[in-house]
Amino acid sequence: MHSFGYRANALLTFSITILAIMCTMGSLSDNFNSPTPTSQVQVLNINWFQRQPNGNDEVSLTLNVSANLQSMFTWNTKQDFVFLAAEYETPLNNLNQVSLWDGIIPSKEHAKFWIHTTNKYRFTDQGHNLRGKDFNLTLHWHVMPKTGKMFEDKIVMTGYRLPQEYR
Amino acid sequence: MDWQGQKLCEQLMMIMLIGFSIVGFIAGYSTGSYQMMLFVYATGVVISSLISVPNWGFYNRHPLKWLDPIEFEKNPKPEILVSKKKITKSNRK
Repeated sequence: MHSFGYRANALLTFSITILAIMCTMGSLSDNFNSPTPTSQVQVLNINWFQRQPNGNDEVSLTLNVSANLQSMFTWNTKQDFVFLAAEYETPLNNLNQVSLWDGIIPSKEHAKFWIHTTNKYRFTDQGHNLRGKDFNLTLHWHVMPKTGKMFEDKIVMTGYRLPQEYR
Repeated sequence: MDWQGQKLCEQLMMIMLIGFSIVGFIAGYSTGSYQMMLFVYATGVVISSLISVPNWGFYNRHPLKWLDPIEFEKNPKPEILVSKKKITKSNRK
């Protein structure tokens, strides 16, 4: 601490060390938050349901997604990434996940929303197993913090079934 | 800056930085704003650098007392005898 340069260096390194500790504590403080998000999805219409020339089934749905994700926002949350996936089982794969819609929620004010949309990405099966298929719609989310650990979780919504016939 | 001043300076720096970080963390957490925490802490870093980096007068209250130059005067340095050597061609090689 005898010269200007040594004092400046000591202050800089010590302040950055403390900053790292503060950010770590900020990240750890997210563990005290236990989010209770709610979500509902209605399948309003099946716009078309067909077999593509290459033999894969494809569905187009009209969805009404409503969700309240405000409880997952803490002081350390930068944004949420949310996506809605259709999940079902086929003889070939135990779990098929098809992303139908996604979105980025930038702030807590935007975290309570409802949206009326057709599926943003194609709902296509690997094969032709979709007729009369039961599927879940699962809302997955990834909470992106300002510093530290990323959290992810999901809500599984059951009880959807595709029609027996193409249309 | 004397020895006492250096100790005081280091302690002041550490106490101030830790204090500002605690205040900043509490302020940020209670207002739910990460920006608030960083702002309070950055202000704290600026204040503590202004206090502890320059060589202020209050760090120099305990000047070092060196021994009087009596001993030196009693025993003056012996004169150094310089022997000059001529560089000859045989030395060079």
